[in-house]
Amino acid sequence: MQPTTHASHHEEPGFWQKYIFSTDHKVIGIQYGITGLMFLFLGLCLMSVMRWQLAYPGKGVPFIGPILSHLLGESMVSKSGVISPDLYNSFGAMHGTIMVFLAIVPLAFGAFGNFVTPLQIGAPDMTFPRVNMVSYLFYFLGGVLMLCSFFIPGGAAKSGWTSYSPLATIADLNLRPNGQTFWIIGMVFLISSSLLGAVNFITTIIQLRAKGLTWMRMPFFVWAQLVTAFLLLLAFPPLEAAAVLQLMDNLLRTSFFLPTGLVVSGQVLHISGGGSPLLWQHLFWFLAHPEVYVLILPGMGIVTEILANNTRKPIWGYRSMVYSILTIGFLSFIVWAHHMYLTGMGTRIATFFQTTTMMISIPSVIILTALFISLWGASIRINTPMLFALGFLPMFGIGGLTGLPLGFNASDIHLHDTYYVIAHFHYIVAPGTIFALFAGIYYWYPKATGRIMNETWGKIHFTLSFIFMNLIFMPMFIQGMSGMSRRMYDGGANYAAAPGVPGLSPDIIHLNVGISHAVWLLGLSQIPFIINFFWSINWGRKVENDNPWDSTTLEWQAPTPPPHGNFDKPIEVFRGPYEYSVPGHSRDFTPQNEPEKQAPVTHGNPVRS
Amino acid sequence: MEIPYAVKPRPDTGLYNAKVGIWLFLASEVMLFGALFCSYILLRVNAPEGMWPHHWLNIWLGMTNTIVLIFSSVTVVLGWASLKMGQFKKYKFYQAITMICAVAFLCIKSYEYHDKFIHYQINLKDGGIVDGHLVKSETTKDVVVVEGRRIKDIKELYNPPLDHEGEIIKIPRADIKIDPATREPMMENYGPWHNTYTGIYFTLTGLHALHVIAGCIVIFFIWGPLAKVWEKDPERYINRVEVSGLFWHFVDLVWIFLFPVLYLL
Amino acid sequence: MNWMLFIVSFLLVIPATWYVVHGITPANMPADASGQGHGVDELIIYVHVLMGILFVGWIGYFFYVVMRYHKSRNPKADYVGATGHASTYVEGVVALCEFVLLVGFAYPVWSRAVDKFPNEKESTVIKVIGQQFQWHGWYPGPHGKFCTNDEKFITGDNPFGLDKTDPNYKENYFITTDFEVPVNKSVIAYISSMDVIHCFTVKPMRVTQDAIPGMVFPAHFKPVKEGTYWINCAQLCGMGHYTMRGSLKVVSQPEYDKWVADKSKAGASSASYE
Ligand code: HEA
Ligand code: HEA
Ligand code: CUA
Ligand SMILES: [Cu+2]
Repeated sequence: MQPTTHASHHEEPGFWQKYIFSTDHKVIGIQYGITGLMFLFLGLCLMSVMRWQLAYPGKGVPFIGPILSHLLGESMVSKSGVISPDLYNSFGAMHGTIMVFLAIVPLAFGAFGNFVTPLQIGAPDMTFPRVNMVSYLFYFLGGVLMLCSFFIPGGAAKSGWTSYSPLATIADLNLRPNGQTFWIIGMVFLISSSLLGAVNFITTIIQLRAKGLTWMRMPFFVWAQLVTAFLLLLAFPPLEAAAVLQLMDNLLRTSFFLPTGLVVSGQVLHISGGGSPLLWQHLFWFLAHPEVYVLILPGMGIVTEILANNTRKPIWGYRSMVYSILTIGFLSFIVWAHHMYLTGMGTRIATFFQTTTMMISIPSVIILTALFISLWGASIRINTPMLFALGFLPMFGIGGLTGLPLGFNASDIHLHDTYYVIAHFHYIVAPGTIFALFAGIYYWYPKATGRIMNETWGKIHFTLSFIFMNLIFMPMFIQGMSGMSRRMYDGGANYAAAPGVPGLSPDIIHLNVGISHAVWLLGLSQIPFIINFFWSINWGRKVENDNPWDSTTLEWQAPTPPPHGNFDKPIEVFRGPYEYSVPGHSRDFTPQNEPEKQAPVTHGNPVRS
Repeated sequence: MEIPYAVKPRPDTGLYNAKVGIWLFLASEVMLFGALFCSYILLRVNAPEGMWPHHWLNIWLGMTNTIVLIFSSVTVVLGWASLKMGQFKKYKFYQAITMICAVAFLCIKSYEYHDKFIHYQINLKDGGIVDGHLVKSETTKDVVVVEGRRIKDIKELYNPPLDHEGEIIKIPRADIKIDPATREPMMENYGPWHNTYTGIYFTLTGLHALHVIAGCIVIFFIWGPLAKVWEKDPERYINRVEVSGLFWHFVDLVWIFLFPVLYLL
Repeated sequence: MNWMLFIVSFLLVIPATWYVVHGITPANMPADASGQGHGVDELIIYVHVLMGILFVGWIGYFFYVVMRYHKSRNPKADYVGATGHASTYVEGVVALCEFVLLVGFAYPVWSRAVDKFPNEKESTVIKVIGQQFQWHGWYPGPHGKFCTNDEKFITGDNPFGLDKTDPNYKENYFITTDFEVPVNKSVIAYISSMDVIHCFTVKPMRVTQDAIPGMVFPAHFKPVKEGTYWINCAQLCGMGHYTMRGSLKVVSQPEYDKWVADKSKAGASSASYE
């Protein structure tokens, strides 16, 4: 934690210095971005394979199946390409892990946080550039470990991203180290990476805000990053502790999470016993609930920036949003056990946790409401970033609203661990957060490259993604309601109703086919984006000035692309973040750093009564 | 553009960057050890009546280590103070003591670990239990020799008399009970796997020891290789010493919790 | 052009809306065949009504503003934007509804589920033990007494740690996968597991309880319709998780008594764990 300043920014640094071991927050941000997108794509690929098995249980996966069978061996994938239950579980667990810890967090926090935050607060860089580099390297190593685990004997972790003990410990009992070992060690790297990142972000935001950038003048995006950083800082260590304990169970035969008298396939387990399986769940969810807000808050931040910019008016109720996001940050530490309602919870504890769970939904309502109301009286500009930002709102709405029936433990009795849960959080993270990320990519791309991504292809990308996302996740609510459990290798076929025996009705199970096709089409719909993304680097339309979107926030006042050290002149802030269409002002936007005389100062945003 | 407030404190916060950083880092450390302490409590509460060990650790060694660490915390402060007064030599001297203390602590700790690894619980065919330290020199392939005591009821294992003179016990291997599950003789040392207490003991102290090592290395680097910064930029140097000192105090604090929890209660 | 495209893509929210209304409505729930489960259904229905109203309301508003305030219609944005407290009221109402649902439904339903247990004498008491990958049932037999069990008896071929010297042991009997209970009589199931965490769920009975090794949790439900229902394991428990289906046969009292009689004659010897 030594204070470090970049030594070699006078002479031109070499390739390694510049791109691989760079300490420049913008380069690191882009490194996070590319790596994160790769993992996001991998997560999609894993799921595409799983979805085949769900749609056509027991049939070989065309094309990919045989290849997998080569890569992973026939114990995992038969010659004809049928994936084994174990592999399905591995893919499921890794899809979750990769999406949460290796794709969304690195993109939302690592990539956008790194690239945008210092620019938006008018800072030359992060406070600890070298620490910043280290945290990327840790993330990278963690990712590599996770990837390797697919190819070790027994395959990758296969006990869900939640890795509940005892299952996580007794899976591949006779193989040490096994996929779970890799998972744990990988997680320790990812956790350390996030911790360093969080320290760096918070310090940067506290210490390096430009002159005049008071707290209530900070863009909402920065607030989102600040709260996110605090969540990571305080929620991750307990998981690190849990990981250490599970590693001991895994390698040193301790039994922190293993009770006495476990009998596995007719054999008494040779362990001392005396541990508690619930201990793991408490430690895990103490992290994992705040974690889910880590997945959404940066998204909200991005969407807010883009809405303000394309409605050409201030965000309505900026302050109420700030207070709400702080409240969410605080409350998210005391709701974790709503994932454990059915572990035999007594009335008192259950009452506490469902009350806090309902309380935490209120600030989310306030934030979303503020965003919706911001559209009133606007002059809406439709461009690709705006489309994705607008798309985010109802999608998050659906995901959030469906959290409520889960939040009441009584209704959770029916919905727990069904596809309803899957649909609930995917609506938030997939068409929610992922859309926010796409919006952010299209929006800040010009600042990073000096070129704008192709608009038409962008709109096509949005339209298709939007359709398929809904076709994928909406039917899952139906499946969940009718009682289809998650993590089912055969997509619930085994629970199908037989003559005289009630069960899942066949057409509920048949929905799997439609969903799977939608998933594959969703994958194809990403091709325009991928091409657009790489093509525009060299051939996209050049921006005519540093501020192509006529935005007010500081990042657009920096040269394009920003040089090392970001701003060529020290920068001072005179007003709130979203001063659009200020009455009596010639232009319809007033940059935060525009000195008093040129425009009447208005104090922050209209305060909401 | 240089990064501001790397050395001089920012007016409105009154802190320089690294200080903010270290406090945040320590906050996360608190959560880390906090979680482990909670786990300890939960495991202990879950333990069946009378089955949670007492006095398995040597209180005097633990006490010595506590004093050693507290003393090192004092020398760290003295070192930093003497830098503030510009007495570099004194600082060198005090930090040297700090590092000696750190090493001493680690030595004592590793002795304690070793003591646990040669400490065995042996279940006999007749249902009795022998509990004591292996005497390697005399143990052969058909006799196990330990210095310890024989006990009938397993409960005695968990509350041994505070100061017991171990007797030398020779056990023919034939008398050792065979575990039906593993078909191995039931002779297990007090490693982490022995029960949840040794498990949490090794985890907590091990993690703490890692922190001691880390802290010691940092202090050493600032003390030795980076010493020249003192001439160039004394203020920055003092900051570094302060930051590393804060970390050291935390490590010390953790031990002050660990000692009673593991040794006394 | 832009804005045409926008409308087109957004009209697609309408099928989505239809979806939501159809999709998340409780209409899809398997029919409730229990005497105690209606509370769950009611709560689910009321929450979804609330959600439906919010969703439709906001979507309507959303479409209106996006069209009304597109820059082609409203070239100059209004700096102040909406005034008045409408939104505050909406939020207030949402909060109020959540509060009512909590106090009026969630709390009582839950405490009925976990505290207010029917009297053991008037109800069928069974023990349910999960194992990779099937459900074991442990029935006391005609006299209704379970033999004692303890960790220290646990061995490979006695995974429940039964005390076989206990006189009750003889009349106890064990079944796998196919459970049977009498109709119109509360069932109290003591649920645990011998290896990993499973989750004992009978959707039509509105009962769900994790089966956690080293712990025993009771759950109760009251079958009121004869028939066969499916038990599923809702918690990932390994490669065979998806096969861990059990069946719960609800029969008339006399039929049940007969079943019990035969089974307990066969006695504990019939115990099968694999
Ligand atoms: C980013 C991620 C994210 C977010 C933000 C949330 C938000 C919420 N979640 Fe979710 N949740 C997850 C990710 C997330 N969740 C994941 C990953 C799981 C599964 C983990 C696993 O088991 O694998 C899960 C599971 C989960 C459970 C456990 C279910 C079970 O296993 O049985 C519960 C139970 O209480 C719950 C509740 C909630 C609640 C009450 C909210 C609230 O915060 C929601 C508040 C928001 C609103 C109330 C919406 C407000 C909007 C409007 C009012 C406007 C509406 C407008 C339109 C529709 C146009 N969630
Ligand atoms: C942030 C988290 C996140 C995200 C984004 C997703 C995204 C998706 N998830 Fe996932 N999912 C989880 C977290 C997530 N999931 C978790 C935690 C579980 C539970 C696991 C468990 O049971 O333990 C789960 C489980 C889960 C299941 C249930 C499996 C089961 O229970 O058996 C399903 C089923 O369909 C599913 C599907 C999908 C789909 C179709 C997407 C799609 O939305 C994917 C969309 C992705 C893209 C559209 C790719 C975009 C990227 C690019 C275009 C790359 C561009 C590259 C460059 C430019 C270089 N997920
Ligand atoms: Cu048992 Cu899933
Ligand atoms: Cu949660």
